[in-house]
This record gives sequence, structure tokens and C-alpha cells, in this order.
Amino acid sequence: MGRFTHIAAAAALAIAVSCGGVAAAQELEPVTAGTAPDSAISAETTADESAVAMDAAEEMGAEEVNVLAGMGTKADAAMGQPLGGMDIQPQVTSLGERANNFNTLLLIIMTVVTIFVFALLIWAIIRFRRKANPVPSKTTHNVAIEILWTVVPVLILVGIAVPSFGLLNDQYDPPEADVTVKAIGHQWYWEYEYPDEGGFSFDAIMLSNEEAAAANEPKLLATDNRVVVPVGATVKVLVTSVDVLHSWAIPAFWIKMDAVPGKINETWFNAEKTGVFYGQCSELCGTKHGFMPIAVEVVEQAQYDQWVAARQADAGIDPADLIEADAPAVATADAADVAVDTVAANAGGEMSDLVEASTASPDGTVIEQSAADSGVATTE
Amino acid sequence: MATNAPTTSEFTDAHGDDHAHDADHKPAFFARWFLSTNHKDIGTLYLIFALTAGIIGGAISGIMRAELAAPGMSVITAFTDGNIDAAYHMWNVFITAHGLIMVFFMVMPAMIGGFGNWIVPLMIGAPDMAFPRMNNVSFWLIVPAFLLLLASMFVPGPAGYDGAGTGWTVYPTLSTAGHPGPAVDLAILSLHLAGASSILGAINFITTIFNMRAPGMTMHKMPLFVWAVLVTAWLLLLSLPVLAGAITMLLTDRNFGTTFFDPAGGGDPVLYQHLFWFFGHPEVYIMILPGFGIISQVIATFSRKPAFGYLGMAYAMVAIGFIGFIVWAHHMYTVGMDVNVKLYFTAATMIIAVPTGVKIFSWIATMWGGSLSFETPMLWAIGFIVMFTLGGVTGVILSNAGVDTYFHDTYYVVAHFHYVLSLGAVFAIFAGWYYWWPKMTGKMYSELLGKLHFWIFFVGVNVLFFPMHFLGQDGMPRRIPDYPDMYAEYNAWATYGYGIMVIGLIPFFLNIIYSFAAGKKAADNPWGEGATTLEWTLTSPPPFHQFETLPEIK
Repeated sequence: MGRFTHIAAAAALAIAVSCGGVAAAQELEPVTAGTAPDSAISAETTADESAVAMDAAEEMGAEEVNVLAGMGTKADAAMGQPLGGMDIQPQVTSLGERANNFNTLLLIIMTVVTIFVFALLIWAIIRFRRKANPVPSKTTHNVAIEILWTVVPVLILVGIAVPSFGLLNDQYDPPEADVTVKAIGHQWYWEYEYPDEGGFSFDAIMLSNEEAAAANEPKLLATDNRVVVPVGATVKVLVTSVDVLHSWAIPAFWIKMDAVPGKINETWFNAEKTGVFYGQCSELCGTKHGFMPIAVEVVEQAQYDQWVAARQADAGIDPADLIEADAPAVATADAADVAVDTVAANAGGEMSDLVEASTASPDGTVIEQSAADSGVATTE
Repeated sequence: MATNAPTTSEFTDAHGDDHAHDADHKPAFFARWFLSTNHKDIGTLYLIFALTAGIIGGAISGIMRAELAAPGMSVITAFTDGNIDAAYHMWNVFITAHGLIMVFFMVMPAMIGGFGNWIVPLMIGAPDMAFPRMNNVSFWLIVPAFLLLLASMFVPGPAGYDGAGTGWTVYPTLSTAGHPGPAVDLAILSLHLAGASSILGAINFITTIFNMRAPGMTMHKMPLFVWAVLVTAWLLLLSLPVLAGAITMLLTDRNFGTTFFDPAGGGDPVLYQHLFWFFGHPEVYIMILPGFGIISQVIATFSRKPAFGYLGMAYAMVAIGFIGFIVWAHHMYTVGMDVNVKLYFTAATMIIAVPTGVKIFSWIATMWGGSLSFETPMLWAIGFIVMFTLGGVTGVILSNAGVDTYFHDTYYVVAHFHYVLSLGAVFAIFAGWYYWWPKMTGKMYSELLGKLHFWIFFVGVNVLFFPMHFLGQDGMPRRIPDYPDMYAEYNAWATYGYGIMVIGLIPFFLNIIYSFAAGKKAADNPWGEGATTLEWTLTSPPPFHQFETLPEIK
């Protein structure tokens, strides 16, 4: 076991330094084995990550990838972006699929209604034209038919309302979030923050047409940094703005949430496919409203972990602190944990601030204490 | 005029010294058209104004369609010396101006100020409106309102650019912190004047319709167009003050340090949206209800049969007007509302489909058993039913908050509201235009040109707006000057459609010229036995003052 750990640790180092892949790790093996006693602890902590890094490195081959910007998933012209057809974009969330099916049902009902109305109209035009019917009737009332055309639409609408209400309720009933992303609208780009991963943040700026073409991505939709989330995970999106109204939308997830300054709105999705999913700002926000796209990259959990690690490293966040900050607080101070949750729930985005404050300390014990303190303070 | 004592009755007051003399004694040009107190002259002014504004608003949409014809910025940049960012802003100014012009300065003046003024007193057997001078004030408020809006395009808006690029909704904080320059102030003042104009008009219509019906014309004997204008006037009276309040708060937020809509001072930008749409949703019925009335008259006339289900038709409009006040938040499903609020607004919005369905079915039932002829106004009326049905059914889809999440602020919504407005309301305006043209001018128009106008326009607007459903389903957001390449095809279609529509307007203008130059003299009632309302008992055009002896209604 120990030997494997050392190899893995070495591999991680090697990749970080040279992006050289598995071969490099094997070359380095003797060296790291020799230093085993001193580096045992640090090797433990990075083992999982480095295994992931190895997998990712193998997938990417020798290609140079800026992991910070995203995991390099290729855009799929058949999913996650406009297809140029008449249809709704393919849905990759179960709720999106359900909403899409419901919309199709509505479309069928409405088409039938429209055809019925047009058929009546055409029949009236043909049958009752002046030549065919020179003497007009004087009928101006028919109580039965008037009741009929009031009651039948009511019944149709009730039939529509039942599944509609069910869909709406379920859209507002998310499972517990696995990942939380905060999307902050700016004129004219989105800033993202991962409050539960140490609070690192980054901006997503639209690629120019040339850059998008070079990256083989759709123009006006691609961003320099992508929002990376794991597949099959419930992702909570907290949406807000620092200046004017914006709206965070991904058609393939069937979500759209306005970014309102002074408010934090919440929406969520659970993407069931990996890939890149694009959206555009959907509330007029000034000059470059059309040019602050949204790009979400859905990846396997392992890749997500690797991306988070890279982001954390870039932001100077030590993941070890985060893990210890969470665990002891739960184990030793239930009240404090509950209190922290309550504070986060009440204050919307405040959770990130708490976590940030705790993680600022390099010492696990202190963090445990501060979490408990804040809990006590808020319960009073 | 100042010598007229306030004790004089309104009628004599309005007619000044002329009332005792020849009914057709018209004032001189300036007094007649600039100091007008005659409902028909004011109606004519409104129609000319609406036509002018419509040309400007339509030209702006032409620039927008040209820009969207293909991906990339290639048209508006010509106005900005190639500066792309300036072109982006100018785009926003154009969408704002197009929306405001078409709503406040084209559809409303044509429907209410134009046909309402011209026809309502004739239909109820009244000599004029109740407050003829206020009528004049109404019109002369809307002219500076329009000028203020046009001026706003040429003064600074956001830093470095001219004009208000806020959309017709003028949402803060884009319209406050986002537009430090005076452009938005001018737009707000424009809306204030237009709103005051409409409120005065609404008071005038309500008073006229309640008090000046000819003897024997009970409420339940009023023509449906009069009912439509009455309901519309109430909607104006009750909703516009809310808009006035909202934009006044916007004005003080911008200039006097209040923070009604600024979160930094404890305000809330969403509050503005609630206030705006409390006005805004009744506003869309304000635009379409007079159209309902026009269509009812036209269909009954050319079916040679009274309107089917008269009471149902009248009270369906009352119901639509009432429900119109309690559905506003369906315009804001994505602002972050509670699920129960969205459930309520979904249910309430759906209910509107019921009285609207009653109207559609009643129009068809009016035709049923009739003896139909298809003069130009009838074509527009049937076209209206087609367009309004198509726009209506997408409205039912959009009413579902859970579905609207996808469609909100996409071209699907643009398609929806252009089907009910650009096609619904505009078709109704054209129906009314051709229907009452012989009455208003005393000249017949050319049926050939009128039918050409209808068919080319009908094809054009459908090619223009139907593909927008596809763009919306594919996720294209509204209000963007450039778009990802995959949206190119249907945008190109839409632009072709605009071109066809413009070609369709050529016979319309030719027809006006033809009618004045060579049109046959119109009979008092050119439409035959189906035209039963009082205006057809008068000469064409009617005398300057009509019904000096009030008609008796059996």
C-alpha cells in the first residue's frame, strides 16, 4: 500500500511539473521511494487526487490543457447549444425532459384547438358565402352552445393545469445540493464562486470570434473560463448581480433565473450527461447584453475533483483545511452545525463567507473552534 | 374662447358661436386643426399621428431586421462610424424606441384616439365627446410626448452613448444607475405626457358613453365597439396612474436621491417590475380590446347578421379587462418568486383563455348562417381571427410558469406578442381603416389595392413572425443585436418576411392617394343591410356637427 501511494504521489508531482504522464512517474519511482519516511503524511493526503490526476492526464494525452479554464470537454454540435432547427434544445436534466414533454403535449393540444378553429372558420367562409347562402339567418343566441364553448375550454385548462402545477412544484423541490455555484452578473460578464469548495472565484468572459473558432467552440457562446460541475450531481445555483438585472439561463437544463442586485435567487439542475452546455444572458442589461454568455461543462466526478483541486491550488486554498473544517464541526458540535446551516439558509449567500473565514486559518483545531463559536453566537 | 362662461353647457361651449348656424360651418384651417374641439377632426389628427408614428416605428424595426438578417454587425455600424460597441447600444435604443412608439404612439392613438374619437359619438348618437376641449388637450399632449421620445434618442444615455437603451419596460437599475445621462429622463417624461393624454381621453370616453347615449340606447343596446372602448377606457383610467407612479419613482431615484428601486438604499428593483406590469398587462388589453370591438362590427356587417351572443361578447370584454388586472406577474416568472405565487399567476393567466375563446367562437358563430361577402375590411377581420388564434394558443403555453422558464425572454415570446399585437391589433386597425374609410372621407377606396394590401401583408407578417417561434424554441434570447450562427436561417426568413410586409404597404399608401384623387363618392351606407349602427345613417362624410336632433333608438 505504502509503495503504491508513493508512486501515485510522485506521479502527481511529475504531472504538475512536466505534464509528462505515467511514464514520467515510473521514472521517478526510485527517487520517491527513497524519501518515504519523511514524506509519508503529505503523500497520504494527496493520494486520491493524484490518482485522479493520472486518469485525467491519460485522457488528455500529451495535449496542453489549462485545467483552470475547464476540463477541455469538446463542444457537441448536437447538444447544449442552438441546433438551428425548429425544436427545443435537447434536455439533459430529468426535469427539463419532463418540461419538454409537457410542452410537446401543450403544443399538440394547441395545434388541435387551432386546427378546429380554422376548420370552423374555413367551413363558415365556404358554406355561408353570399352565393351559397343569399339569405342570412337571424340567429343570435344559442344558450347550449355558448355554455359548451365556455365549459369545454375550462375543462381543457384544468387538464393542463394539473400536470403544470406538478411540474412547477417539482422545479421548486430540489434534493440536497451536492455542489453550490454562485453566479454573479456584471456588465458584461459572469463571475462564478464555489462557496463550498473554499470560495474560489473566477470570471467568465466571452471568447472573441477568432478565439472561439480556434478553440472549435460556437461563437458568441464560448467563454474563457467555464463553470465546471459533476455529472449526476444536484447543483444549486445562487444567482445575483452587482449592477443591473441579468439572467442566468441554460436552455438544455430548462433553467433561467434573473440576477437581481440586492437579492440572491436560487435555482438548480442535475445534468445527466457530460458535455458543454451554453446559454446567454436573458435580461436586457445594457450595451453588451448579447455578449455575456454562459458555458457550463459537465464532467465526471473525478475530473470535477481535479478541476476543483487546480482551482483551489490557484487560489491558495488548502483542501485539507476544508475537509477538517467540516468534519469536526459535525462530530463535536451538532448545535453549532445546525446553527451554521440556519445562518446560511437565512442569509442566502452568507455560507460562503463563513467557510471562507474558517478556511483562512491553516490550523484545523482553530477552525473547529471558530465554527463552534460562530454557531454559539448565532444561536444566542 | 375665454369669453365663454363656465355655466354654458358643454355642447354649446365646444361649438362656440357656431352652434346656431349651418351644421357644416367649419372653422378656418388653423382653428380647425390646431384648436380643434370636433371629435371627428381630432380623430383624424390621431389617425394621421398614428400613421406617422407607425412609419417611424416600422422603419426602426426595418433597421433591426436588416441587422439581424445575417450574423455579425453590418448595418447599425454604418450609423456609428464602425464603432461596434456604439452599434450595440444603438440597437438597444432602437428596440426601446420601436416598442414605445408602436405601443404608445401607433396602436393606442389609432385605436382609441383615432377610431374611438371618430366613431364612438357617431355610434351612440351623440353630437360630440363630453369634453371637447379636453379632447383637444389629449391630442396635443401626445405630440410633445412623441417629440420627447424622439429627442431622447439624441441625448446622452449611458456613459459615452446617446439614447435610452432600456427596453420599453425601462427596468431599473439599468434605467437608473445604468443610464446616468438625461435620455431616460426624457423617455420618462414622454411616458408621463402620453399617460396624461390617455387618462384625459379615458375620462372623456367614460363620461361620453355613460351620459351621452341617444334616447333609448341602453347600455345593452350599445354597439360592441362602444363596449370595447368603454372597457378600454376603464383599463386606462385604472392602470396608467400606476405607471405614472412607477416612473415618477424612477425619476426621483434618478435625480433626487431616493432609492425606491436601489438595493443600496433598501429599495428593490423587482418592485418596479410589479408596478410596471400592473400597468403593463392591462396595457396589452388596452391595445387589443378596441380591436375586438372593430372586428365585431366588421364581421357582423359583412355577415349581414347581428353579432352572435351580444351579451356574452360584451361581458367577455369586461371579464378580460378585470382578469387583466390580476395576472401581471406572468411577465416576471424568472425574477425569483415563490412557488405559490407562480402557481396563482399560472392559474389566473390560463383563465383569460376562456373569455377570449368565447370571443373567437362568437365571431365564427356570427359568420355561421350569415351571407358573407369578402370586401377588404372582412378580409382583415378574418385575418385577425387567424392571427389572434395563433397568438392566443402560444399564450396558453406561456402561461405555464414551469414551461415559461425556457421561453421567458426568448424569441418565442417575441413571436407570441407580435401575433397578438403586430398582427392582431394591426389587422384590427386595418380592418377599421378600410371599414370606416368611406364614412370618414366620403370616398371609396380601391378594393383591388385593398385586397392586394391584405394578401401581401398577410404573407409578409407570417414569414416575418412565424419563424420566431422556432428561434425561441431553439433558445434565442430577445434583444440581442448579433446571434450565434445556428440562428441564422430563421432570422433570414424573418427579414425576408419584413421585406414582403413592406411591399404589402405600397398598395396601402397607393390606395389612400387613389381614393382621394379618383375614388368614387361613398354612399351613406356603402356596406348594405349588415351595417346597422348609427354612423351609417349619416352622410359620408358626416356633417361637421351631427345629431343636433338626437336620434331615437327603438
